[in-house]
Amino acid sequence: MNAMAAQRWNLWGGIITALTLVWAILWAFPLYWGVISSLKPDDEVVRPYIELWPETPTLENYIDALTTTQIGTWYINSVVVAVGVTVITIFISMLCGYAISQLRFPGRIALWWLILASFMVPTSALIINHFVLVANLGLLNSWAGIMLPQLIHPVIVIVYKQFFDQVPKDFREAAVMDNASEFGILFKVYMPMNWGVTTALSIVCFIWTWNAFLWPFLSVTRTEMMTITVGITQVNDAFGVYYARQLSAAVLAGLPVALAYLFFQRRVTEAITLSAGIKG
Amino acid sequence: MLRNSRTERLVALVLVAPFLAIYLLAFVYPTVQMFRISFTDAPLIGEGRWVGFDNYLRLDNDPMFRRAVWNTAYFVLMTVVPGTLIALLVALGVSRLKGRFQAIVLALFFLPYILPVSVVYLIWDWTLNFQFGIAMHVLDWLGISRVPVFKSRVWFLPAVAGVTIWWTAGFSILLFLAGLRSIPAEIYEAAALDNSTRWTTFRRITWPLLWPITSLVLTIQLILQLKIFDQVYLFSIGGRPNDNMVLVYYVFQKAFQQNQGGRAAAVAVTLFVLVVVVSVLQFQLLRFAERRRR
Repeated sequence: MNAMAAQRWNLWGGIITALTLVWAILWAFPLYWGVISSLKPDDEVVRPYIELWPETPTLENYIDALTTTQIGTWYINSVVVAVGVTVITIFISMLCGYAISQLRFPGRIALWWLILASFMVPTSALIINHFVLVANLGLLNSWAGIMLPQLIHPVIVIVYKQFFDQVPKDFREAAVMDNASEFGILFKVYMPMNWGVTTALSIVCFIWTWNAFLWPFLSVTRTEMMTITVGITQVNDAFGVYYARQLSAAVLAGLPVALAYLFFQRRVTEAITLSAGIKG
Repeated sequence: MLRNSRTERLVALVLVAPFLAIYLLAFVYPTVQMFRISFTDAPLIGEGRWVGFDNYLRLDNDPMFRRAVWNTAYFVLMTVVPGTLIALLVALGVSRLKGRFQAIVLALFFLPYILPVSVVYLIWDWTLNFQFGIAMHVLDWLGISRVPVFKSRVWFLPAVAGVTIWWTAGFSILLFLAGLRSIPAEIYEAAALDNSTRWTTFRRITWPLLWPITSLVLTIQLILQLKIFDQVYLFSIGGRPNDNMVLVYYVFQKAFQQNQGGRAAAVAVTLFVLVVVVSVLQFQLLRFAERRRR
C-alpha cells in the first residue's frame, strides 16, 4: 500500500469513527432527555426552550409518583411475576433439555420436534384462548394468571439441550458407574458445568418477563394487580399533565432491567445471541 | 449401560413432565382451541354455534380487516429493511472501535432494546410532544412547522416505525457484530495489501460473508414486526386507533372490545398462518444457504 492511500484510508477511518460516536450520542439522547426531564420541577419542564440540565434538580417527581400512585404495588407485582416466571421456566426447561439430550425414552424425537416447531408460533395470536383458559381457571387478575402463558419459552429448552449435548459422554458414564442417581448426575455434574448459561438465560428471561406488555395488559383489569409496565401507561389520570411525574415513573419502571443489563452486559449479550442463533 | 432402560425411561418421564404439562396446557391446548373457535360464532367467553368458514369468508369483505392487513404491511415495509440497514451501518461503525470504548458505544445503541415498551412509549411521547417536546423545539429552530405526530393520520405509522427501529435495532446490531467478529482478520489484511478501497472491501468481502446473518436478522425482524401491537396501542391512547388498525390490534378489538371470540380467532389464525409460512420459508432459505456454503 502506498503512503497516500494509507493516509486516505486513515482519514476516512477517523471520520467514520467520529460519525459513529456522534450517532451513538444522538441515539441515546432521548433516554438522557427522559431522565433529565424527570429531575426538573414542573415549571422547568414546560419551558419553551431547551435546557440540557435542570436549573434546580429535584426528586420531587419521584416522591410524588411513589406516594400518589400505586407504583409500589406494581413493583411488587412485577418482581413476583418476573422472578416466578424465571425460576419456573429455567427449572422446567433445564430438566426437559437434560432429558432430551442425555436420556433415551420413547417420544423423545417427537417432543424435540414439537418444541422446535413451537418456536415459530406467534404467542400474540393465542391471546384469545389464553384469556379463556386463564378465565376458566379463575386466575384473571392474579399473579398465577399473569405468569401461566409466559412460562413457555421453547428457546430455553433448545439452548439447554445444545449445551448438555456438548458435555462429553464420559462424564455421565463415569457418574453412572459410581452409582450416582440420575438427579444426582444432573444437579452435581451437569448443572455446575453450565452455571454460565443458566445465569445468562435467567437474566434475559427476567428481562423478557419484566418487559412483557400484551398479556399482563389483557389479563389484569384491577389497578392493584397490574405490573409496572402496564400500570404506568394505564393510570394517566393519576398524573394529569404532569409529564415529569410520568417520566419519573418510566425511569423507575426501566431501572431494574437497565441495571441488570449494565451489570451483566456480557451475559445478556451472550444469551441474546444464543437465543437468536438458534432461530436459524 | 449398566442402568436398565426402564429406570431411564421413568426418570425421563419425571424430568419431562413439568415442562410437558405446562406446554400442553398453556400452548398446545390454546392453539387447538383457537382453530376450533374460529369456525364458531362464540363470544369471548362461552360456546358458540358451528358456522363453518363463515368467519373467514367475512374477512374478505371486511374493510377494517383490509386496513389492518394494509397497515401491517406498510409498517413491515417501513421497519424491516430500513431497520436492518441502520443496524448494519451501526455495527460496521462500532466494530472498528476497541475494548472499553466499544463496550460503551455499543451500550448506548443497545440500551433502548432492553427497556419495556411502555417506557419507550413514554420517552418518545414526551420527546415528540406537540407542545413541549424537544423535537418540536428543533423543528421550530429549523423553521419547519410543528406536527402533532401521534395524532396525525399520515405521520402516525411512520413515527411508530421510527420509534420501533430505535427500540429494536440493538438486537440486530448485536447479531451483526457477532457476524463481523467471525470474519477472519487475515482476509481484510489481504484486501488492504491489494490496495482495494473501503467500498470494494465491503462489497466483495464483508457483505457476502455477512449475508447469512443479514438474512437471519431480516426474517427475525419480519416475524417480529408482523406481530406489531404494543406500540400502536400505546401511541393510539387518546387518539383514533381505528385509523391505525394492525392485525393483532384487530384481534384484540374483535375479541376484547366487541366480544366476538370466533371472528377474532379467524383473524388470529390468519396471522398465525402468515408467521408460520414466513418461518418455514426462512428455515428453508437458511438451509439452502448453508448447503451452498459447504
